[in-house]
Amino acid sequence: MFFTITLYISLAIFGLGLIYKVSTWFRYTVGVDARDVPPPQRVLAFVKGLTLTLFSPRILTLLKVFVLDVLLQIKVLQQDFLKWAMHMCMYYGFTLLLLMHGLDKIVTSALFPNYYPTVNPFLFLRNLFGILIIVGIGIAIYRRFILRVARLRTSPMDVYAIIILAIIMISGFLLEGTKITSYSKFQDMVEEYTIQADEEELRTLEAYWVAKYGVVSPEVKAPFDAETLEAGQEAHEMSCVECHSRPQWGFTGYTLAKITKPAALLLDRANASSILWYIHFLACFIGLAYLPFSKMFHIFTTPLSLLANAVMEKGKSDPANIATRQLLELDACMHCGTCSVQCRVGVVFEAMHNANILPSEKIPSVKALVAGKKLNGEEIRNIQEGLHLCTNCFRCTVVCPAGINLQELWFNVRETLLEKGEPEFLVLSPLSLYRGLMKESLELNYYPDPINLALETIYPTGIPLEMQDRTSPLVPSANGWSSTLHTSVQAKTFSQCFSCVTCTNACPVVRNYPNPIEFVGMLPHQIMHAAGMGLWDLIFSSKMLWDCLGCYQCQEHCPQSVRVADVLYELKNMAITQARKKLVKQIER
Amino acid sequence: MNFVLLRCCTTPIVLKQYEWSTNAVMEKLGIGLLDVPELGCCGYPLRNISFKAHVLATARNLALSEKENLDLLTVCNCCYGTMKYVDNLMKEDASIRNEVNTTLAKEGLRYEGDIKARHILQVLYEDIGIEAIKEKVVQTFDGLKIATHYGCRILRPSKVAQFDKPYSPSKFDELVEVTGAKSIDWSTKLECCGSPLWGINNELSLDLTENKLRDAKQSGADYLCVACSYCQIQFDIVQKILLSQRGIGAKLPSILYPQLLGLSLGIDGKTLGLAENQVSISEIEWFLLHKQAS
Repeated sequence: MFFTITLYISLAIFGLGLIYKVSTWFRYTVGVDARDVPPPQRVLAFVKGLTLTLFSPRILTLLKVFVLDVLLQIKVLQQDFLKWAMHMCMYYGFTLLLLMHGLDKIVTSALFPNYYPTVNPFLFLRNLFGILIIVGIGIAIYRRFILRVARLRTSPMDVYAIIILAIIMISGFLLEGTKITSYSKFQDMVEEYTIQADEEELRTLEAYWVAKYGVVSPEVKAPFDAETLEAGQEAHEMSCVECHSRPQWGFTGYTLAKITKPAALLLDRANASSILWYIHFLACFIGLAYLPFSKMFHIFTTPLSLLANAVMEKGKSDPANIATRQLLELDACMHCGTCSVQCRVGVVFEAMHNANILPSEKIPSVKALVAGKKLNGEEIRNIQEGLHLCTNCFRCTVVCPAGINLQELWFNVRETLLEKGEPEFLVLSPLSLYRGLMKESLELNYYPDPINLALETIYPTGIPLEMQDRTSPLVPSANGWSSTLHTSVQAKTFSQCFSCVTCTNACPVVRNYPNPIEFVGMLPHQIMHAAGMGLWDLIFSSKMLWDCLGCYQCQEHCPQSVRVADVLYELKNMAITQARKKLVKQIER
Repeated sequence: MNFVLLRCCTTPIVLKQYEWSTNAVMEKLGIGLLDVPELGCCGYPLRNISFKAHVLATARNLALSEKENLDLLTVCNCCYGTMKYVDNLMKEDASIRNEVNTTLAKEGLRYEGDIKARHILQVLYEDIGIEAIKEKVVQTFDGLKIATHYGCRILRPSKVAQFDKPYSPSKFDELVEVTGAKSIDWSTKLECCGSPLWGINNELSLDLTENKLRDAKQSGADYLCVACSYCQIQFDIVQKILLSQRGIGAKLPSILYPQLLGLSLGIDGKTLGLAENQVSISEIEWFLLHKQAS
């Protein structure tokens, strides 16, 4: 009764969770492409796309991907054998155990009319599949907690998945072990199946089971003489053998039975097998109910993502379907961390300590964003910075075992976030090259806004130097910056500047304008001079910093060995640092 | 002779032909290239924002290459300049060296400075040499005029780059002329291509690019030739945008040096990815065919 009620409750939660999760794929939007398409139209587009694909030659592509990437997981094998071994153990162990053991009444009994969980091959296979999962869990723990691969981060969700699976497996094996030794179970069975036996027969049967089947009896003790065992075997063959293979075939449970043998009678009296049975099925039901909300959801979503990505392409597929796929992809990520381990800028995390730099950690942030979770300015800026700290090298997309088109996702979310109006300084770095290249294909009407916003945030007064009243204050606005500036070797060299203007004359940016001061605020030699005088507000108001190519003409030409370009780079870093501080102060206020 | 090859972040997607042609040419010249999958961003695009991040990214690549006991080869000026800069910095500043190595130690890495950062032009000119390349040339270009674009970071700052004379370089020109083409004189030869500002200040970036393209064209060039990922993106993909926005007066296709040399070495245009270029360079083969016919 309790079993049935909890089963139906967990099934109901699972079902509702599934419906809820799938509905988000059509209700939410990622990025700019399909945000104006209403959910019903998204569903229609999906049905249409699916039908067209299934009745086209692309079905062959789907089949190929299903075999290679879903069933064999070749992509994972190519990257890391240990990870592949781990996942194959868990994947096949879990699936087969679920089908043969968890759903035995539905699947196994239908296929094999003579099915009993206690006869071979089922007894042996259950243990084999179970041990596969245990090996998988072992490798997972080894990789995450002992091997400690750089930048492979473990989230509470990963720990939950390992724990719930471990509870199910360990309780299952212990249950099997205690059932083997249980005297009360033996008695129950005897009562049920040996109706016509007399006292003597039952005594020999018990002796036989104690000797051969691992039962621990308070009544009879080994050793037994050959006659007793022979008689016991006869009774056994009459009543038991049809449904019971030797327990040794259930090698894990049997080993546990042997280990717990000294305490077996105590365990039996405490009704341990019954308790373990409750733990076992309740853990399974909790796992089932929570599945749509946990990382285990990937058993459904990852194959879908692999299949969808195999037949979809930006520009060719319906943008509504791409949007739907991107939402599905967010659920298909199982946080394996492959992308973060291989990310070409992953190491930057060690210098900037923003977890959103790592692709695998961006996914939960993006999930929060698309779900409309309330985030404050700093949280948004952190996500935004992580998304922008990307060279668009596509490596994450190439290596993702779930086939998620991560790069496309980043680009899409980046653009939506930029529209939200939080300043992002990385748009002022060459990482913007990709955005520039994509501009033509996207026709973004807000294209220059983020650049201007970043500049305005950096300018101490919010406006560029060329638009300011150009009288300098008598007292330099040092703001304590001079002390930090002197930390680097190259920055010290600006004090050697005697304003000969050679750097400015060599600068191709300056040369590009008839009246450069109107465009760049301060010229390179003026910046060097201002640095010497500690006029930081002037320098940070100067657009020249951000129009510097880093071509090193100035530095090469300088007769005074001022490392002009290096100084400009350092000034850019400083300008950003002070702008960041300003933003944090705004929040505090 | 073997090198670890640092593939620029831009090449796998937008500049595949640079990888293909480099692989083909280096194989022909007997140079082994080792791919180390852990290699990351060279650090160049990070410098505007975080000095520390940029040093760390570069040092990590150097350390990975040092682990293989091979010099680190790049096909990009920006990668090269950044690697040379950080290599110098790590050697002259003990506190930065220690800080970086402490962080790298988390991955079991450490940079001692026992290897060199190398640019493909440097390896071709210094390690293989003009004469040795000449011996392998099977067909030469006839009457082809090339505007050789050095790019910034292979020349400047010269104290760091240590490739050629910063005001009057000749090594790249010699490499171009090995193929039989003529490397012409043009006044903005040593200027920046404009790429560092693409995406930040597009108008200024286009101004600088257009200026160079016009100058090269007016100086009689048939093609630009470059050996840098960023320069090629600028002169090829961005040039296409430039042409659509500002008219085609400045049109001048750009060929990657390994593509140019590869053709001379008898490698076919498909292997060199000639068709991948956005501003078509397929007609350059005409200069070769013409020669063979006559």
